[in-house]
Amino acid sequence: MTTTKSKLFDRNVPGSTEILQKSTVGIAGCGGLGSNAAVSLARAGIGTLIIADHDIVEESNLNRQHYFQSDIGEKKVTALSKHLKAINPHLKIKAINKCLQASDVPETFKNADLLIEAFDRADAKSWLIEAWCCAFPGKPVVCASGLSGIGKTEDLKVQHAGNIHIVGDCTSDMSMGLCSARVAIAANMEANIAVELLTNRKADERDQGK
Amino acid sequence: MIRVNNRDTIEWKKGMTVKDVLTAMSYDYALITVTVNNHLVPHEEYDTCPVPDNAEVGVFHLAHGG
Repeated sequence: MTTTKSKLFDRNVPGSTEILQKSTVGIAGCGGLGSNAAVSLARAGIGTLIIADHDIVEESNLNRQHYFQSDIGEKKVTALSKHLKAINPHLKIKAINKCLQASDVPETFKNADLLIEAFDRADAKSWLIEAWCCAFPGKPVVCASGLSGIGKTEDLKVQHAGNIHIVGDCTSDMSMGLCSARVAIAANMEANIAVELLTNRKADERDQGK
Repeated sequence: MIRVNNRDTIEWKKGMTVKDVLTAMSYDYALITVTVNNHLVPHEEYDTCPVPDNAEVGVFHLAHGG
């Protein structure tokens, strides 16, 4: 694979790149959570990303989402794909410009090893988690709840229940306003858990000869 | 005994459902994700999903923001 010959992942944790290059991560939503998580996953060496969103980049997104002034008016999945390719041109991206419904989840993310929930509305987070768990009960979903406001870094925690992993303070609401740093922390917590789960699981499968 | 969110405990009763646990804990139905022994319980099953004794129940509040 071309990327392993480049120096892009020379500083990665030894043994992780080969595993991550074979991994596929789905990201539902390309806003503050999804765009920042996608960037970290691209830098980490994930081989394939499935990104889904139906929004257009607006100037008000730029306080926390990984877009630039030149992206305004562009489809988020198109702009994000461009930025991810600028980091790793060999990254495989399936970009889906669609307002996802629960019924879309099985087909859209059927090839994903793991899903990152990156919606903004709580009701959408809820049906996405349910749809994923029903369609893929053996695969992990990493979610975020409570990442609004300023500061309170120590309140951002991780909770686990089977294949469901939830980051955030679980209380702060976007009506408080959203700050780039806190949103990016939550997004990167999601990405960090994804990398951890993928490397652990793939290493287990390799050791078991699967 | 049932443990909720790895923290609170409530007494188990025969025939207990997820709805009964949520009521006992004063949780609002609206924006939560619930697991029983690490398995997700769909919203439409809260009224009927049995909670066995010694179950570990997770109730996660979902807040707007992303």
